[in-house]
Amino acid sequence: MMRRKIANVVMLALMWLAAAIVLLPLFAILARLVMQGWSSLNLDFFTKEPLSPGSTGGGMANSIVGSLILLFIASLSGLPVGIGAGIYLAEHRTAPVAKLVRFLADVLNGLPSIVIGIFAWEMLVKPVHHFSALSGGIALGVMMIPLTARTTEEMIRTVPTSLREAALALGYTNWRTSLAIVARTALPGIVTGALVALARVAGETAPLLFTALGNNFWSVSPTQPIDALPLRLFLYATSPYDDWNRQAWAASIVLIALVLLISIAARIAARPRFGKAVD
Amino acid sequence: MANVVLSATGLNAYFGAVHAVRDASIEFREREVTAIIGPSGCGKSTLLRCLNRMHETVPGGRVTGRVEFHGQDLYGPDVNPIEVRRHIGMVFQRPTPFPTLSIRDNVAAGLRAMRRADRPPRADVDRIVERSLQDAALWDEVKDRLRTGAIGLSGGQQQRLCIARALATSPSVLLLDEPTASLDPISTQKVEELVYDLRQHFTVVIVTHNMQQAARVSDRTAFMLNGELVEVAPTNKLFTTPSDPRTEAYVTGRFG
Repeated sequence: MMRRKIANVVMLALMWLAAAIVLLPLFAILARLVMQGWSSLNLDFFTKEPLSPGSTGGGMANSIVGSLILLFIASLSGLPVGIGAGIYLAEHRTAPVAKLVRFLADVLNGLPSIVIGIFAWEMLVKPVHHFSALSGGIALGVMMIPLTARTTEEMIRTVPTSLREAALALGYTNWRTSLAIVARTALPGIVTGALVALARVAGETAPLLFTALGNNFWSVSPTQPIDALPLRLFLYATSPYDDWNRQAWAASIVLIALVLLISIAARIAARPRFGKAVD
Repeated sequence: MANVVLSATGLNAYFGAVHAVRDASIEFREREVTAIIGPSGCGKSTLLRCLNRMHETVPGGRVTGRVEFHGQDLYGPDVNPIEVRRHIGMVFQRPTPFPTLSIRDNVAAGLRAMRRADRPPRADVDRIVERSLQDAALWDEVKDRLRTGAIGLSGGQQQRLCIARALATSPSVLLLDEPTASLDPISTQKVEELVYDLRQHFTVVIVTHNMQQAARVSDRTAFMLNGELVEVAPTNKLFTTPSDPRTEAYVTGRFG
């Protein structure tokens, strides 16, 4: 009796400890970020462009907008393919092609992001001899494909077969059943998956190194090199200037806030429109 | 004697290697309710699903033989199964409202799937929704909340909603696959009364494992056993003086 109680208390304490260890780095990082970067988070940071190396001041307006443009291009290029592939995987789950696609998607998902960057460089930068926002956005989009494909597939699988049969029995064609009924029913989950993928690539640096390249000046053109928060962060953090180091911390805060916002949007999107869903 | 609307001749259905319906021949008459009864796994649902070409949507599902609808073979080479299902509606064992749609849009869902040329004008949709819900004896319960989600309805209401949805496209035949199997007794009674009334406008085929239900709602009853259609007769006769000893054994409760 006594032994059982002691074992219980000890195990419980160990679990608490494990949970604390999981949370500790997160809070340590956030605390450090705020301490180091908060002072640099002023209006200039959001409205001004970077100054020349060594001078104090300036901001990251071009990097923030650049990141948003890159994410937009990534969504435009990656989501249709990823969601389409996910619908296909769910509809033809046992087809040999589906098994192959599923396996390859998992391989693609595990591919180091720098490799995807090199590939994007080889395909989109080298032939035109020009770095561009487009190539960077597409590199990020490629990273989103396997993530959205697998989450879309999982979400569509949660839609009961009875719903698909009901649509077919009403005279819906196969593709219309898949899109208007099955995918529509799974839509909150699909949107969540897409946003999670977006949050995942928002902080990627490696695929952008030799595609979007970075840009010290204001640019919104998809055919020109563009700046991105992670690129600017990398540049500033490794620079010898104190002000740039501080701004790098501030950029981290903004980047994390961006990811957090996307994650919150994902949570909201996951809510079904009419109360709870069917079992 | 009423016209034959729908008939199966020498119908066989398979799931892969499993022979689920064996050489079944049966006629369904206009504005009659035909019940198909039999023990679990006897192939009654499969037979029903052959009548609107739903069986082939199951992986491994295969059908041979003829099903004639107003004289046309539904398994003929030029027949589009999508068209078939618009004329022969179906309601399933468990209620299947579309969870993302409102009550109104659920009822109108079949209309939206129609070809543009066949689709009723937008202005008529609300009228059709009301008529369908009235035919399904649900209008009074939902008329004030048509724009709310169908998920909020009770199981019995959801099932009547599914019946309304099937009626909205004006099918001439309605196939009901154990429509009360997942409902409570009061909802069951409402659906049964509804089925009884539907015969004024529709030809109904209802699969049920409940013999009392078949006796209550149907004009004619078919008894199936091990994939074989044993006997089809007016409901009264089948339950009181069946010709086949297997039917007698089943309806008197000696097995099943």
